[in-house]
Amino acid sequence: MPVVIIDGQEVEIGANERLNGIQAARRAGVEIPHYCWHPGLSVVASCRMCLVEAGQKDPATGKITMQPKVVPACQTPAKDGAVFVTSSEKVQQARAMVEEDLLLRHPVDCPICDKAGECFLQDYHFEYGQKERRADIKPFTSRRRELGDTVTLFVDRCVMCTRCVRFTREISGTSELMVINRGAAEEIDVFRNADGELQFPLDNKLSGNVVDLCPVGALGDRDFLYEQRVWFMKSHDHICGNCSTGCSIKIDENQDRIYRVKPRENLHVNQWWMCDEGRYGFKHVHDEQRLTEPRKRDGDKYVNIDWSVLPAELDKQLKKCGHLAAVLSPHLTVEEAYLLATYILGIDPQAVLALGPIPVEGTDEKFPSGFTIHAEKCPNRRGVEKIVARLGGSLLNWGDFLGQLASESFGGVWISGGFKSDWNDAQAAEKFSSVKCLVVQDCFTSPLYERADYQLPGATAPERAGSFVNFNDRLQSFDWAIRPPQGVHVEGPLYWQLLGKPGLYDARKVLDDVAREIAYFAPAAGPIPEMGVDLKVNQIAT
Amino acid sequence: MPQFEPVLLKSVGKPDSHTLRAYEASGGYQALKKTLKTLTPNDVKEQTKASGLRGRGGAGFPTGLKWTFLPKDHPGPIYFCLNADESEPGTFNNRILMEEDPHQVLEGLIISCFATQASTAYYYMRCEYPTAYRHTQRAIDEAYAAGYLGKNILGSGYSLDVYLHRGAGAYICGEETGLIESLEGKRAWPRIKPPFPAVEGAFRKPTVVNNIETVACVKHIFDRGVEWFKSIGIPPDPKNPRDAGSYGPKLYCLSGHINKPGCYEAPLGLTVTELIDRFGGGIWHGRKAKAAIPGGISMGLLTAEEFHCPLDFNGPGKFGCLGLGTAAVVVMDETVRMVDFLYNSCRFFSHESCGQCTPCREGTSWATKMLARIKHGQGRLKDLDLLAEIGETIGIIPGTTICGLADGAAWPIKNCIKKFRPELEHFIKSTNPSGWAETKPVPALELLSIH
Repeated sequence: MPVVIIDGQEVEIGANERLNGIQAARRAGVEIPHYCWHPGLSVVASCRMCLVEAGQKDPATGKITMQPKVVPACQTPAKDGAVFVTSSEKVQQARAMVEEDLLLRHPVDCPICDKAGECFLQDYHFEYGQKERRADIKPFTSRRRELGDTVTLFVDRCVMCTRCVRFTREISGTSELMVINRGAAEEIDVFRNADGELQFPLDNKLSGNVVDLCPVGALGDRDFLYEQRVWFMKSHDHICGNCSTGCSIKIDENQDRIYRVKPRENLHVNQWWMCDEGRYGFKHVHDEQRLTEPRKRDGDKYVNIDWSVLPAELDKQLKKCGHLAAVLSPHLTVEEAYLLATYILGIDPQAVLALGPIPVEGTDEKFPSGFTIHAEKCPNRRGVEKIVARLGGSLLNWGDFLGQLASESFGGVWISGGFKSDWNDAQAAEKFSSVKCLVVQDCFTSPLYERADYQLPGATAPERAGSFVNFNDRLQSFDWAIRPPQGVHVEGPLYWQLLGKPGLYDARKVLDDVAREIAYFAPAAGPIPEMGVDLKVNQIAT
Repeated sequence: MPQFEPVLLKSVGKPDSHTLRAYEASGGYQALKKTLKTLTPNDVKEQTKASGLRGRGGAGFPTGLKWTFLPKDHPGPIYFCLNADESEPGTFNNRILMEEDPHQVLEGLIISCFATQASTAYYYMRCEYPTAYRHTQRAIDEAYAAGYLGKNILGSGYSLDVYLHRGAGAYICGEETGLIESLEGKRAWPRIKPPFPAVEGAFRKPTVVNNIETVACVKHIFDRGVEWFKSIGIPPDPKNPRDAGSYGPKLYCLSGHINKPGCYEAPLGLTVTELIDRFGGGIWHGRKAKAAIPGGISMGLLTAEEFHCPLDFNGPGKFGCLGLGTAAVVVMDETVRMVDFLYNSCRFFSHESCGQCTPCREGTSWATKMLARIKHGQGRLKDLDLLAEIGETIGIIPGTTICGLADGAAWPIKNCIKKFRPELEHFIKSTNPSGWAETKPVPALELLSIH
């Protein structure tokens, strides 16, 4: 195994790994500051923040020869015997110089900057910067201009790392961003006409990523701008529920209100990116139209019913209904789908299980980097499908189930929702007219909900805990990021309660049962790593 | 010194010197004919190497050696870029050659391309040279018509196409990888090396970048022979193992406060005094010299006491300068204030910094703003330390930038402060009597507009 020496500490790296100095140092627990380098983008070595001393150890003699000058760690390969010195006086001076240079014309408007608190310019200044300002340049000019509908540019905060420019060229392939002017007059911009109006704005479905990439406060997310100080927010690892890609995300919330969604690195799924649809696709969570009152039909009208008595009553009613059916929504987690199926089958072993409707919009969109936005706008078709097929005996889809309603009479049907938009119509709802006890749990009202005997307000993805299986059979687990609005009972805990299980809903425990019972989920038996598990592993083995 | 007969400038000033007719009448294209008939590409490479020819563009890298860095048996294409983006202040030797004797350059270019087996050459000319552009384009057209360019040149089986490309006015395009980027239609941001252009250059293919004067010298090496070339100039310094010698004739661009500015050809190794006295007719108005730039503004400064500095590749380095550069000597007389010189130099480099690397982008602009303040009578002695610090820390020599422009920007600052510090201190003290000793951080000023 190749060995790299970081500040005198020997670190082994993989034989086929192609790491640079920054990555190798990270293995040794040494952080090398950097702005322009990003693992997902090409190397430009232009910010010069990662300057280190480098050398090579002669394997025969053990003698270390150092290069006379400092080199950028991002561009120096960590080969066998490579030596990096990251804390010498020379390196510290180089860092202090770059940090001072970057702050020469910086407005230092941290108090009104959205990035404050998670800004690399701030952090590095405290750690590596000069003690006092020596520059004689008036620092405060604050020019702002829009780059497109999603992103705004604070011109003077920019450190010209060009990450955003490279992103639009290499990842989204749309190349809207560019560098204009020369030298210290350089600025990031899009193409404008003579009057300065946007001609080719930043307009692509991955545009929000440039804000995450920006190491300073130059690029602002227009949706998030001035909404919340970052230090007030708590960050939760989660999975995006907006399409079957299943991007790993971070949900930033304060007091159960989501302010921002950011991608989380997952090389198996989304690398470092996510699409704008997912990024801004949390608005329905805080929609005023969300259902928050559980109700039951009483003759021609509905009466509110309290959650404290609802589960017991539901249980009693369903047990009287005879033949049952359950529709498992592709928005449910694997655990929730399993619990609901188990519950319904527990009452009526002959119960019919069906997969809820799969929302599809347009076609899959693939970007030059390989990142794909899927047309299937639900996070867990794969997972729910396997549960329906295995526990229900066959995979019954929504259309077929609606057809079956005509020929087969059901005493009770439980429909789980979680959809963002209208997913059923009056015609479909009409088909349930013969059902004696119709239970619908959803977040927004719909013709079917209007017809239900029990109307249960349901959860959205950030409120759920459990696992989703993405288009590529990767199962990723997550905990809830926010609590649901008052009056909403998340599906998982509700089913747990209906099944009479002791204690609080424990998704991990349920997943263990699923993994034991359904072969497809067997690889999910152990602890689920951050990047999830590939359920295909099992299929290949068998 | 024996009487030196100019070869590069032989035709300059003669009527119609830029035409093919005049060029052929004076023995033009004979070297090409001889080379294609009698030598293999490898012979040309070896002979060029043996001649000790060093690049005339500024860095003085041995030309033949550069050619041998091309990968062996490469399936091609290999590109040849001719660097005519002559933008170093004070330099105009390429311009004279392109305007007055473009065929000489073309002949050298064809021989060089033959040596490197490039089938395409890009002639990258700065846009500020309209006459050179017209004359060169005409020369290329004539050369095509006469069969010196195009398919199967002179029946040798070797083919070459030359494309004349005009830059858009940026100093950085003279840096070889900046030139390549610009040629590819991108922003002229120099590339990270390695890979060097010889391995991966224009359009990701092996590429040689040579200067106009270099290929003109190649022409004469194959006209008059390696021995002739080595008979001019000075051999390597035996005390310096890294000196490859300075052979051949060199075009010196002499300008500034002298009686006869111009482009003069002389053997390498001439001293500044000789250049001023023999060619420049002495300092103007009978004044005394104060300082001179040895080879383009980025090379630094020589004081009048250092005018015995030989202008060969190794000479200016002994006097604290960066090197010979383009051998563009700019002489300043005793009336010049070094503050003005330094401000001018810094302003140029901050304007021309490509803006890629932080230390150069910010350092050059900071230095300019500081000097503007000093010039306005608000200087402090501490500023000189700051300026010196900027000079010491930017460039590829300390390792803080990608290309050498920053070193070029740093050298005038470093040299000027080292060699003229008393004068600068005196200027600051006399223009800012109340504040020159202040050491507290400078309060923020309004941005000083410099353009």
